[in-house]
Amino acid sequence: MSDRPPALVIGSTILAVMVAVSLLAPWIAPYAATEQHILKRLERPSPAYLLGTDQYGRDLLSRTLMGGRTALLLGVGAVLLGLAVGVPVGLAAGYFGGRADDAIMRIVDAMLSFPSLLLALLIITALGASTAHALAAIGIANVPGIARIVRGNTLALREAEFVLAARARGEGHVYVMFGEILPNVLPAIVVETTIRVGFAMLAAASLSFLGLGVQPPTADWGLMIREARQYVFLSPWPLVAPGVALSLTIIGLNLFGDGLRDRLGGGS
Amino acid sequence: MTLYVLRRLASIVVVLVLISVIIFVAIHVLPGSAATLILGEYATPDALRTLERQMGLDRPLLAQYGAWVGDVLTGRWGDSLAMKQPVASVVALRLKNSATLAAAALVIVGCVAIPLGTAAALARGSLLDLAIVTATYVGISVPEFVTGMGLLLVLAGPSVGWFPTGGYADLSTGALAWVRHLALPTATLAIVLMAHVVRQTRSGLADVLGAPYIRTARLKGASERRVIVRHALRNGLVPTITVLALDLGYLMGGIVVVEEVFAYPGMGRLIIYAVQNRDVPLLQMCVLIVAAVYTLANFAADLLYAWLDPRIRYR
Repeated sequence: MSDRPPALVIGSTILAVMVAVSLLAPWIAPYAATEQHILKRLERPSPAYLLGTDQYGRDLLSRTLMGGRTALLLGVGAVLLGLAVGVPVGLAAGYFGGRADDAIMRIVDAMLSFPSLLLALLIITALGASTAHALAAIGIANVPGIARIVRGNTLALREAEFVLAARARGEGHVYVMFGEILPNVLPAIVVETTIRVGFAMLAAASLSFLGLGVQPPTADWGLMIREARQYVFLSPWPLVAPGVALSLTIIGLNLFGDGLRDRLGGGS
Repeated sequence: MTLYVLRRLASIVVVLVLISVIIFVAIHVLPGSAATLILGEYATPDALRTLERQMGLDRPLLAQYGAWVGDVLTGRWGDSLAMKQPVASVVALRLKNSATLAAAALVIVGCVAIPLGTAAALARGSLLDLAIVTATYVGISVPEFVTGMGLLLVLAGPSVGWFPTGGYADLSTGALAWVRHLALPTATLAIVLMAHVVRQTRSGLADVLGAPYIRTARLKGASERRVIVRHALRNGLVPTITVLALDLGYLMGGIVVVEEVFAYPGMGRLIIYAVQNRDVPLLQMCVLIVAAVYTLANFAADLLYAWLDPRIRYR
């Protein structure tokens, strides 16, 4: 216990609370996230509305709680999508090497030379703005980075004895890549994943803030902050509630990722 | 050095070509053709076909790509569909505004973060060190739009009102108005960038401070100030300068969100405008320019590093 880095402890505590509260949100939220109380607009915190209300009289506590679910869905979903494509591509590039590797890494480098928010914006332009498209866009933007990490770690294991042994006993390429190499690359992938979930959540919130991600009336932190901008001088609460929730979650994820990296090594 | 520059330059050209391919693919191959983007989802098939013929979209993809690259290289950037103005003139003005903002942020970061990082390195393990490291960690973790809106709420509200809530004033309208409009967006970007530079300065300087040549300098009786400024910072800052150049790349993305918060008329806001209005000619030029600046900033960082640290060149 005592050798645990404080970053890991604080980070995992914040995350555990965030995940638990998000999963339980439908049961613990005092109101429905889209329920409007038209006579109670932009109210300050009170016993009836613990964090106040927004411009339509919707309860900010309920919306912030439900917004956590959207953030989790987008952050985790986008990274899973990135892993689903990036891991096989990285494994194949590192394992086969040669021309295939050169070609794949050229494309990966070109995609990485794009600010990832811009790449997501390009994809959103082609597909149109919606929650699903934001998830797809951020997932695709995550592919090159994941592919590169997996490829680097695979390259180091290519000539390892257990890999050569598996090939000598006649195992197929697919088995060697996924059955032998992948389990050994896993720690690096785990570290990379925790750090990327934070970035993906941030990217999703940014897209929603720009009006190009989650659409009203869904509860989402980025979108709530976008809607708060117009009324921020009348009431700060519609900004403060989702702003603090989003910032705390990102801080928690960063601490957790950094702590895990110190613990497991790997990553970059 | 010349050989190194030429080699890196060749790879830059390859990357720029690939970037143009990605932009082209994203706009022309993904579901929803450019014509659909312009006319909307409910356009009649006839209207779509007419527009596609006008824009040359019925030609083979490779021919279209070649024509587009030719146009870009010869400066025929076309007209913005939504603004009805030449793309080149719109972009030139916005690019200047964004460059002003980015430069201001980098200068502020350099002036604040390097002394902070130095202070943290000299007082390692102290309360001051912990405070600096924690504050910058929070600064980089809090999303730009939350930081920006927070600054807006506190410093631009009707009760305080030190700064305007957004917009841009040209330098020709007076230096004070110019500074007041730039202040909050610059501060927002600087707060996010601060962490990288402080962290790099701190660890770079800490490495150098343990080196034998620093002990020699102290032993020969040089003042502490001279040891730090002339001997330690000179070597310890080499990686920091590269981090600053790389941050220019981050700025190209971060600027999109910050410009939206402060309604600042730069490239970032232009890109959002182009996306919202499905203005394909404007969008593809904007994205191409920003991605090119990003690539060149990385290139500049590499060159600077190789120039400052000769060992890199011989890899």
